[in-house]
Amino acid sequence: MKKAKAVNERAHTRTRGNTSPLSKLYMALIFLFLYAPIVVLIIFSFNDTKTMSRSVWSGFTFRWYVRLWEDSLIQEAVWNTVIIAVVAALFSTLFGTVAAVGISHMRGWRKKAVMNLTNFPMVNPEIVTGVSMMLLFVFGAQMLHISSLGIWSIIIAHVTFCLPYVILSVLPKLRQMDPHLYEAAQDLGCPPLRAFIKVVLPQIMPGVVTGMIMAFTLSIDDFVITYFCSGTTQTLPIYIYSMTRRRVSPEINALSTVLFVVILILLVLVNMRRSDDKKEVRT
Amino acid sequence: MTRNKWISGPYLVWMVLFIVVPMGMVVWFAFTDNVTGVFTLDNILRIGNYSNVFVRSIWLGALATLICLLIGYPLAYIISRVDEKYQNVIVLLIMLPMWMNFLLRTYAWMSLLEDNGIINNLLAAIGLPRIHMINTSGAVVLGMVYNYLPYMVLPLYSVLTKIDGSVIEAAQDLGANRFQVFRRVIFPMSMPGIISGITMVFVPSVSTFIISKMLGGGGNMLIGDLIEMEFLGNSYNPNLGSAISLVLMVLILISMGIMNQFSDGEDATGGVLL
Repeated sequence: MKKAKAVNERAHTRTRGNTSPLSKLYMALIFLFLYAPIVVLIIFSFNDTKTMSRSVWSGFTFRWYVRLWEDSLIQEAVWNTVIIAVVAALFSTLFGTVAAVGISHMRGWRKKAVMNLTNFPMVNPEIVTGVSMMLLFVFGAQMLHISSLGIWSIIIAHVTFCLPYVILSVLPKLRQMDPHLYEAAQDLGCPPLRAFIKVVLPQIMPGVVTGMIMAFTLSIDDFVITYFCSGTTQTLPIYIYSMTRRRVSPEINALSTVLFVVILILLVLVNMRRSDDKKEVRT
Repeated sequence: MTRNKWISGPYLVWMVLFIVVPMGMVVWFAFTDNVTGVFTLDNILRIGNYSNVFVRSIWLGALATLICLLIGYPLAYIISRVDEKYQNVIVLLIMLPMWMNFLLRTYAWMSLLEDNGIINNLLAAIGLPRIHMINTSGAVVLGMVYNYLPYMVLPLYSVLTKIDGSVIEAAQDLGANRFQVFRRVIFPMSMPGIISGITMVFVPSVSTFIISKMLGGGGNMLIGDLIEMEFLGNSYNPNLGSAISLVLMVLILISMGIMNQFSDGEDATGGVLL
């Protein structure tokens, strides 16, 4: 077995790692295609323009960042986005994890039906999910005499489209787990809820965390469904959309730059944490 | 232990309330009159007036998917053969733009493609004639390709990287040339990745509604723009909008069903529903 693995590794090193210059050129061109627009966006966030042009360079300035910082509408949009994402991520993680435990005990047609229901919002075009929920929320608001859609309808919509992602990241962990452990804990006199928290939860934790991170980022980034369920409430993507339509201002470039830097820092941190984990496992 | 399955009850109630009921409302709106509320087929029949929009959406979406496949396949293949140390970094760099909101990514292309935009200014600076790019259907396809290329590359990469190098060597030992190795070994083995890549690019491309508005101007309306117009735009008519949404949904489900015929079923991420 060990020998086969060694041979296999040698085969790998033979077929991998010898990237031809043509391949390197191809990759470079793709990366140029992927990053040139973003680089241009960032450069023009420092453009000291009077005519609001987004393609003629006329000197360096931090003006747009200052204006961004003072823009109260953006602050409100950011605040809304964060509240919605935190609530939606926490709620869908809690709800989804419990649901996944239930689903993992299902068999046959029942399981198939529930899984199809779970997968449906992931395959359905976003815009259709968005308008269908809008119909329900408008109807519900009329029934309950609520004046308009707002943060409540956005949160419900976000929880709904995040739930499948949480469930699909928790389910595989439950499948890998030894089902007898939970029974053993109960045999030893542990009440069900405590057995779940002490025995099951630690084992499925990686899946739960992945699901929560996914829910959080999906919620922050969502535009299409939010657009139909938001009424007059502003979230960051909605605000960005109105910025692209309303006026051409380098403020939007400044905002892009800030977001890009935040994402970059987060990704680097997550990856550093991940490589630390790997090292710990090895030693 | 058997009682445990009932704890997903609240979840099921939630999903029925916020997925099944809204879908039922779409169907109900699609088949009723917007004034009287009685059953009618008018909404579905009126879609015939917009057949050009449907044809354009499918055509541009298919074109974008094809371009993504043609660009993405060689890229995924190259990445899967790069030294393993660098593979994670390269994949991360492909994903990084995806983390930026797609509105900003599309906005970036607006400033590049404009008549007085950066590309045209560069062309003028080296003495070439300016090209009209923004507000064309080509710009819409470019926007789709730019936004959804990673969705094609990632599933392809994850399939290609699992192909054992010794399988390829075996084929070479048995006398296959490079083309035969690709056609008889690599290509069939990467089929699940191709299927899920095509689905993951085609579905959002066909149903997009902002990219066409930002890059295509008014003349390149897609199904998504039509739906948006009926629900939030000037021609407010949720009944017609629901009918169009219903047709779009059926269209997507049928095309996914067709795609699934080509895959073995379980392994492709596109094969989740049907």
